[in-house]
Amino acid sequence: MQLKSRHLLGIEELAPEEITLILDTAESFAEISQREIKKVPTLRGQTVINLFFEPSTRTRTSFELAEKRLSADSLNFSPGTSSVVKGETLLDTARNLEAMNPDFIVMRHAMPGAAHFLSRACKSSIINAGDGSHEHPTQALLDAYTIRQKKGRIGGLKIAIVGDILHSRVVRSNLFLWQRMGADVTVVGPSTLMPLGIERLGAKVSHRMDEAVEGADVIMMLRIQMERQGRGYFPSVREYFSLFGLTEQRVRRAQPDVIIMHPGPINRGVEISSRVADGPYSVILDQVTNGIAVRMAVLYLLAGGSPREAAA
Amino acid sequence: MKPPPKQRPPDEGSVAGQVLDEAGMDRALTRMAHEVLEKHKGVEKLALVGIRSRGVPLARRLAGKIQSIEGREVPVGILDINLYRDDLTAIADHPVLRKTEIPFSVDGRKVILVDDVLFTGRTIRAALDALIDLGRPRLIQLCVLVDRGHRELPIRADFVGKNVPTSLDQQIKVCLKESDGRDAVELIARDKPAKGGS
Repeated sequence: MQLKSRHLLGIEELAPEEITLILDTAESFAEISQREIKKVPTLRGQTVINLFFEPSTRTRTSFELAEKRLSADSLNFSPGTSSVVKGETLLDTARNLEAMNPDFIVMRHAMPGAAHFLSRACKSSIINAGDGSHEHPTQALLDAYTIRQKKGRIGGLKIAIVGDILHSRVVRSNLFLWQRMGADVTVVGPSTLMPLGIERLGAKVSHRMDEAVEGADVIMMLRIQMERQGRGYFPSVREYFSLFGLTEQRVRRAQPDVIIMHPGPINRGVEISSRVADGPYSVILDQVTNGIAVRMAVLYLLAGGSPREAAA
Repeated sequence: MKPPPKQRPPDEGSVAGQVLDEAGMDRALTRMAHEVLEKHKGVEKLALVGIRSRGVPLARRLAGKIQSIEGREVPVGILDINLYRDDLTAIADHPVLRKTEIPFSVDGRKVILVDDVLFTGRTIRAALDALIDLGRPRLIQLCVLVDRGHRELPIRADFVGKNVPTSLDQQIKVCLKESDGRDAVELIARDKPAKGGS
C-alpha cells in the first residue's frame, strides 16, 4: 500500500484508503515522540526545504520537528530574508531551490493553487502547508487523527465547525476529508463569512450556533482573523462572541463526551471563552502533539519509490 | 497432497521440500527455549523481542515454553524495523509501518531478538539499531527458526532452530498458525533469482 501521488497537495486528491493509511502510519510515529531518543534514521541524507511565504509558527515548527525526528536535513526559507523582496517570481525561486536538489519542498503561500503550480514545475515532492484559502491538508489529517484518537472513528459523527468559513483553508480540507469518511457536518457562521456553494462540499449550513452544536460529537472553532476586522464582516467582536462564541452554556448542548478543537492560534473571548479553551473537553493541545506524528507519516510515505518517479 | 498445478502465477514457486512440519517446529522451539535458559541460567533480566511480523508469534511461543519450563514469565516486545531499513528509498511499495511495542525498559536487560528466517542479516542490523535507540541493553542475542545462509553482514545467530543450506534462487516460506493457519517451513524453488527477502 502506498500513496498514489508523490506530492501532498490537498485532501481533495486523496482516496479514503489513502487517508486511512496516513492515519494508521501516524500511530506508529506517535510512539517515537514519547521516547528518550526522539529520532529515527529513516530520512537520513534527504533534504527538506520549508518554504513559508506567509508567517506561521505552529505549522512550520511542527514540520521542522517532524523532519528532524526523521533525521532529514531541513532548512527554512522565509520571504523577509530572501530574494522574493527583490522581485523574484515564485517559479524562479522554486527553480533556484530545485537546483540545490532538495527531496521535499514544504510550502505555504497566500495564493490558492500555488502548491499545485510548484508540483508541475519541480522534481521534488511538494507538501502543501496551506495555499491561500484553498487547502491545508496536514491540518485536516491531524484533526482527523485527533478525532479518531478520541472517538475511535470519524464516520457517523456529528461535527460542527464554527467561524470564518469564508477565509479558512482548514475548513475546505476538513470538509473534503469528513465527507470522504462519512461524517455529518454543519458549518456555522455569520452569512458575511459563509462562502456561496459551500454545501456542495457535503456540509449543512447554519447561522444559529445554539442549534448547530445541539448533540454534536465534535465542535471545531475557527480563528476570527482580527486583521480582517476592518472590512466589516460583523459589527463588533462582542456581538460576534455573543452569537457565535463557544461558551460553557453552548458546550452543554453538545454530547456529554464532546471534544472541542481549534487549529490555533486561539483568540480568547472572540471565538472561544477561556474556560472552554482550558476546560476538560478541549483537545487543542493534543492537536498540536498529533501534528508532529501526522507530518512524520506524510514525509515517510512520500519518501522514495523510484517507480512512482518514473510514472510521474 | 495434490501435485502443484502446471500453470502457476509467475511469482510463486513450487514446494521443493519440507524443512519443518508442525511437530518439528514445536520440537525446535522447545529445544531453543531450553538452550536460552541454560545459557542464561534462568530468566533473570531476560526479555524476548519479536521482529514483525513472524518473529512476534515465535517470541510469544518461546515465552510460553520458557514459562512452562521455569514457571516464570518473560516479557515480550514487538519491534518494527521499517524505519531503520537501508533500502527504504529503493523499494517502491513501502511496507506498512506498524507500531513498535516494548512494554518494558530495555536498559540493563538481556534482550533476545526473535525472527523467523536469517538470510542477509540486514533485517537484524536494522533491529539492532532500532533496539539501541530505545536504551542500553545489557546484551542482545539472536534467535531464529531457520538460518538459510547468504549473509551480507557479519551477523550470526545465537540460537538456531534449523540450518538450511539454500541457493539464492530458492525461498524459505514460514507458515505459522497465528498468521497462516498452519505450522510449516517449506523450501520453495523459484525460476527467477531471489530479490529481497529477509
